[in-house]
Amino acid sequence: MSMERTEKLRVVNHPAAKVDAEALVTGRAVYTNDLAPADCLIVKIVRSPHAHALIKEIDTSRAEAVPGIECVLTYKDCPQKRFTLAGQTYPEPSPYDRLILDQRVRFVGDAAAIVAGTSEEAVKKAMKLVKIKYEVLEPVLDFRKAKDNPILVHPEDNWRSLCSVGADNNRNLCAHDVCGAGDVDAVLKSCDYVVDRVYHTKANQQTMMETFRTYTYLDAYGRLNVVSSTQVPFHVRRILGHALDIPKHKIRVIKPRIGGGFGAKQTSVSEVYPAFVTWKTGKPAKIIYTREEAMTASSPRHEMEMHVRVGADKEGKIRAIDLHTLSNTGAYGEHGPTTVGLSGHKSIPLYGSPEAFRFEYDVVYTNVMSAGAYRGYGATQGIFAVESAVNELAQTLGMDPTVLREKNMVREGMVMPAYYGETTKSCALDRCMARAKEMIGWDEKYPCRDMGNGKVRGVGVAMAMQGSGISHVDTGTAAIKVNDDGYYSLMIGATDMGTGCDTILTQMAAECLDCDMSDILVHGVDTDVSPYDCGSYASSTTYVTGMAVVKTCETLRKKICERGAEYLGCSAEDVEFDGQKVTNLKTGESITRKELGNKVMSFNNEPLSASEAFSSPTSPPPFMVGMAEVEIDKETGVPELIDYVAVVDCGTVVNPSLARVQVEGGIAQGIGMALYEDIVYNKKGKTYSNSFMQYKIPSRLDVGTIRVEFESSYEPTGPFGAKSIGEIVINTPSPAISNAIQNAVGVIIRELPMTAEKIYRGMQEER
Amino acid sequence: MEVQFVLNKKQVKVDVGPDAVLLNVLRELGCKSVKCGCETTNCGLCTVWIDGKSRLSCSVLAVSVGGHEITTLEGVEEEAAEFGRFLAEEGAEQCGFCSPGFIMNVLAMVRELEDPGIEEIKEYLAGNLCRCTGYMGQMRAIEKYLAYRKEARG
Repeated sequence: MSMERTEKLRVVNHPAAKVDAEALVTGRAVYTNDLAPADCLIVKIVRSPHAHALIKEIDTSRAEAVPGIECVLTYKDCPQKRFTLAGQTYPEPSPYDRLILDQRVRFVGDAAAIVAGTSEEAVKKAMKLVKIKYEVLEPVLDFRKAKDNPILVHPEDNWRSLCSVGADNNRNLCAHDVCGAGDVDAVLKSCDYVVDRVYHTKANQQTMMETFRTYTYLDAYGRLNVVSSTQVPFHVRRILGHALDIPKHKIRVIKPRIGGGFGAKQTSVSEVYPAFVTWKTGKPAKIIYTREEAMTASSPRHEMEMHVRVGADKEGKIRAIDLHTLSNTGAYGEHGPTTVGLSGHKSIPLYGSPEAFRFEYDVVYTNVMSAGAYRGYGATQGIFAVESAVNELAQTLGMDPTVLREKNMVREGMVMPAYYGETTKSCALDRCMARAKEMIGWDEKYPCRDMGNGKVRGVGVAMAMQGSGISHVDTGTAAIKVNDDGYYSLMIGATDMGTGCDTILTQMAAECLDCDMSDILVHGVDTDVSPYDCGSYASSTTYVTGMAVVKTCETLRKKICERGAEYLGCSAEDVEFDGQKVTNLKTGESITRKELGNKVMSFNNEPLSASEAFSSPTSPPPFMVGMAEVEIDKETGVPELIDYVAVVDCGTVVNPSLARVQVEGGIAQGIGMALYEDIVYNKKGKTYSNSFMQYKIPSRLDVGTIRVEFESSYEPTGPFGAKSIGEIVINTPSPAISNAIQNAVGVIIRELPMTAEKIYRGMQEER
Repeated sequence: MEVQFVLNKKQVKVDVGPDAVLLNVLRELGCKSVKCGCETTNCGLCTVWIDGKSRLSCSVLAVSVGGHEITTLEGVEEEAAEFGRFLAEEGAEQCGFCSPGFIMNVLAMVRELEDPGIEEIKEYLAGNLCRCTGYMGQMRAIEKYLAYRKEARG
């Protein structure tokens, strides 16, 4: 069915190189630090060595005396209105718990002072001369003991929560909620089999190759201009307005090319510091986070502990799912109340409509690095827990885990009570499962094969879903104008962070306007000129901004017809626009797009342009199946990933080559989470994982072979039938690899990452 | 301290401190393709050639390159664009931030290795991290580029 609807597409559903590819592969100066003026003040942060302390005294005089130092700013210089750094639509669910600098420091690495000067050497020297006397306080480091702990992370009176998310700073609670349907306890009691387990996922770093960075300057109008590597330019404008306590119209945010984001840059990690320096001094300023800062004072994934109960009857019909998630938001609440929701709302609905479900959560403050948004946004954690529990249930039932899923998975047309009661209008999860089994040779390889050399290979499976934008919230706007010679400018506020949204949105516009991609110029984000878009996060760009582009093009086509008819002296009903010219169907007379574009530049009272917004009442989920083949060394427990297959239903694939790379990249990141990556703290709350020496992300030797195919459904509410792709792809590796290890050596790892040590110990216990 | 070296076939003379790192000096000389990704010699983003061999410019003191020949992506732009087209065909440049260092090492590899196999290629490029692509698209681009070069040479 989807084939028929997509086979006539000319540009969409075909691979196209990224519109910025040439600049990127020849190393042009297109990123933030390449563009920053040479005379920028260098901004650096003096960071707290304590996990929890009060600044008693701070003496900046000797630091300020260093030649070249422009200013040293402390909490005494900062506005006292709290705000959040979370890039979310206002009013943000994340609590207002930040100041630019605070007298209380809440994690090792928290900002204590800002130093700005004309050279890196001067600033580094001055940083050592800022004398701070701390009153060291006992920190809250165990997130299991944070709720109602007598030590409060945010005892301050002006802490605020703008939305009713169950937050209470007097209980170290950033959010709490419970929802469900049916009597989950009663149904579980009557189940033949119940799996009752606790799973633990750690904080992970996004580690985009370009760390956080921003430069700022005042323009001719005295306005604060902010050029930043961000996913959320419009939110940054608001956040800076709040942080600096200045009117938002004083701020302009520009997004150049970005060296990766993965959600990290959905938090305004670096912007406030140079912005504050420029606002105070009137001088241009820039901050470039070192990798160490990006590893120790950033916005990693929320650590979560999930207690899952799954009940089924003897035939393997899943009857109830109960999930309790405890999420660690760290020192500040960015994305705390929202990430946790996905741990249940995007895991339980994979099993359609069980008789009962319950999903309860607590999000707690602790004195470790503040968490943020990371690809998958809580779904990744929840799916590891629920999918692992289902794999354990399969073992309990003595059933092939793919067969158990085939009996229970959500299918097209089903209502998903745990997904806000939405109905799946597009779902090819069943086809994804069938194809993935073929690709990996499941029936031949399940559960494992002894390789005869002390090694055993197991296969494992997991399913995943995500959303496509935030329903009732996310808003995308597009604008297109016709210029001289009839070329188009496409203006978007969505932020290409390397993902290729400038390209796929151009493809959509070219499809709608019956022209070549080269007839369209696409403009990156500048909050002064771009139409509003909440930004690129929540898997929203293809679906939400894509629909805005489609709507805008429809309106523009109508206007082109009207204008063409006017110039041809006929009625708009009598003309047709084929992308190149408007033709009077009665006379055959026509006017080209080029002539039209030039004509509207003279004696014209109405611009030939269009702009439309889109926001969706639903968030159609993409679906996928991931399967891993893992080889375990029986002597040492060392796991080696041999093969990973993924079959994805993202609706119509807008650009097959870019979508494929999204999948492969997300899976590699997921493999890192599953096998290698861990943020480790010592007893005092200092992280050891402060560089790529300690925090190992996968190299090309660590990911095995990743093979990707698409099984497309057709999403009727999406642009050309498309749904999202960016986030879902990180969700299957942890549970699928865990299942492969389980099937290979019988060891079930419930805490990530799944290291050789844990597997070895598990094998020892088995014996 | 004054240092003279050849940068992209042009003689340059710079005054640098004894602790100046080559990476920063090259960027100041306008070679903005050279990127820093980690500061600990793990990521490969700052890869340049010193006398034709791949080196991590973040761990080379500028004073030590006196008399040597440095090549950055700016110095091999045509070749970079040629391989870059294969990369872009696969969508495997993605954010592009690691592309310059990666491409420098790929171009060094094709000079050094005759007809490398997949495992050999992976080993050679293991020090070039990429967080966007999962490496598969890069490998497809390399294989197609090598086949194209082979055909071009007859």
